[in-house]
Amino acid sequence: MEPLLKLNQLKTIFSTEKGKVTAVDDVSFEIHAGEMVGLVGESGCGKSVTSESILQLLNEKTTNYEGKILYKGKNLLELSEEQMRGIRGNEISMIFQDPMSSLNPVYTIGNQIAEAIMIHQRVGKKEANLRAIEMLRLTGIPSPEKRIHEYPHELSGGMRQRVMIALALSCKPQLLIADEPTTALDVTIQSQILELIQELREELDMGVILITHDLGVVAEVCTRVIVMYLGQIIEEADVKTLFKSPLHPYTKGLLKSIPHLDGDRTQKLNVIKGVVPSLQDVPSGCRFAPRCDFATEQCHENPPELLELENGQKVRCWNYEHILREAKDHAVTTSENK
Amino acid sequence: MKAYIIQRLLSLIPVMLVVAVVVFFIIHLTPGDPAAVILGPDASIEEVNHLREEMGLNLPIYEQFLIWITKVVQGDLGWSIYMDKPVLQAFLENLAPTLSLALMAQIIAILISIPAGIIAATKRGTFTDQTFMIISLLGISVPNFLLALLLVLVFAINFALLPVAGFQPLSSGILPHIQYLILPAFALGAIQAALIARVTRSSMLDVLNANYIKTARSKGVKKNVVIFKHALKNAFIPILTVIGQTFGQLIAGAVVIETVFNIPGIGQLIINAIMRRDFEVIQGTILLIAFSYVIINLIVDLLYGFFDPRVRLSAKN
Ligand SMILES: Nc1ncnc2c1ncn2[C@@H]1O[C@H](COP(=O)(O)OP(=O)(O)OP(=O)(O)O)[C@@H](O)[C@H]1O
Ligand code: SF4
Ligand SMILES: [Mg+2]
Repeated sequence: MEPLLKLNQLKTIFSTEKGKVTAVDDVSFEIHAGEMVGLVGESGCGKSVTSESILQLLNEKTTNYEGKILYKGKNLLELSEEQMRGIRGNEISMIFQDPMSSLNPVYTIGNQIAEAIMIHQRVGKKEANLRAIEMLRLTGIPSPEKRIHEYPHELSGGMRQRVMIALALSCKPQLLIADEPTTALDVTIQSQILELIQELREELDMGVILITHDLGVVAEVCTRVIVMYLGQIIEEADVKTLFKSPLHPYTKGLLKSIPHLDGDRTQKLNVIKGVVPSLQDVPSGCRFAPRCDFATEQCHENPPELLELENGQKVRCWNYEHILREAKDHAVTTSENK
Repeated sequence: MKAYIIQRLLSLIPVMLVVAVVVFFIIHLTPGDPAAVILGPDASIEEVNHLREEMGLNLPIYEQFLIWITKVVQGDLGWSIYMDKPVLQAFLENLAPTLSLALMAQIIAILISIPAGIIAATKRGTFTDQTFMIISLLGISVPNFLLALLLVLVFAINFALLPVAGFQPLSSGILPHIQYLILPAFALGAIQAALIARVTRSSMLDVLNANYIKTARSKGVKKNVVIFKHALKNAFIPILTVIGQTFGQLIAGAVVIETVFNIPGIGQLIINAIMRRDFEVIQGTILLIAFSYVIINLIVDLLYGFFDPRVRLSAKN
């Protein structure tokens, strides 16, 4: 089956005052209809830039894209601005990281949802309003016919995020990109929102890219995970494989840093030693080498490729076999000790 | 909303009182005896003293103030000894030209500056942006009387397109009215235009970086709609603030421009009154100007509510 979305060696290059930086470097992955894929990695690894590149929402004067973004086989990077507008909000929608600032403060939420509907569905204002109410109801907002007349500042963070979801889903998109849809919210609302996205995904057979810091969330709702580090994919696998046998030292680090279920889930993943280098001085060998316990000379000199293994797992590491063996030995010794 | 307006109007009372005190004492404590000025250099000391007594100038200053302020509160702004008519009447007669001038200057300023600011913001860093900003810097730094003289030189004398000076009231036709006012209005509005353009640009730049702009684009909204519907309305609060604030400067600038172009407005009224030490006219006029200034500010504040629902809501509570 043709994938819904296929990134082919996507590069997103920003021209900044200090020169060019490649925030997304050779990223390739596929999303199928009805599938929920997690995109994880520490802050600044390029998750948001990747997702905003898909819809080309970044500043057009300072951003250059290379590679291909194939949506149902069409390369989005070759579409005109007008054709792109027909895709945005209609076939591919986005929920942004910060619900507090993602809604326009001077228009009612009804107006903002209806606007999207009127753009893509050729219906009048009345009909659009009715559909907006319907969408709000679907996202579990009580008495939506009253709510559409309210302004964003009259709603709580959880409600605003529901409005964002209603907005993103108002034209029944085929692909939803949810950029940390729950980080700003408290735990109960978090799980409600995720459940909601999950339900709507099933109902609409929508592909979902779920961007998050929280591997616990990924384990709950995703079928596949993509791990990014410093603008590159360093590991990709289905959820079970990734949690059972992560191959990349960075992924291992991330997994170790999952807080316990009863602990504070909102805590950011930052227990891996060292800091992420800046995009201005990316290490010439493996990008993770300065922070890696397994780094060898080769690691510092040559950048590893993203390899695909027999089981479909992908990893970008020179020493993954060695690490895998060691892990197995470790597993054996620990079970023997018991 | 009504309660809010009433509350705001009440809060104007102390402001106006302070203005009244300051104006009164500045004028009365500056050297120069109005009685002597009125009677001219040939008058004898007795004559001057007599007039001083008649005018109440020999009373203690706080008594003079109390007498004046009591009358003001009752709506009596005083009497011009020179023009021999009530101050209010003199003010109203001179108001129309100033109001026309200020309004036309403001309209010209807004029509030029807001589009310029928006274009500069959307084309940030380009040649267009830089050109606009250099022009606006010039607009801010060139004094308006100098600009006035330059404009006269070019458009009235060199090309003889417009009258050099003077004024035609609206009653003698809209075209001559505008013909006479366009150069002074342009000279007066240039600084306003420059200021508003800069604020529009920076406010638009702020807003265009906001997350909700990205949301709007992600919905498939057209670029122009993003700029004019989603961004401009948000950017309007700071723009409105400068427009309101600079309207006061505009009136101040009008005094100068009226003199350059010989327009019979409030500016001329005040300058003549100062030269003649016509105390009551100076006091009354300044008080009225201050009053219109605070009223304009109030209107601006009420307009905020139109652009920003958050203001509306807090006013309701
Ligand atoms: N417009 C830009 N110009 C230059 N660099 C940028 C720009 N936008 C983002 N970056 C850089 O690109 C990198 C990736 O940023 P991105 O926002 O995608 O991170 P992220 O993975 O989403 O992080 P977070 O989890 O904090 O949201 C960062 O180093 C950031 O500084
Ligand atoms: S390539 Fe080397 S440095 Fe990079 S992650 Fe693998 S072992 Fe560590
Ligand atoms: Mg992000």
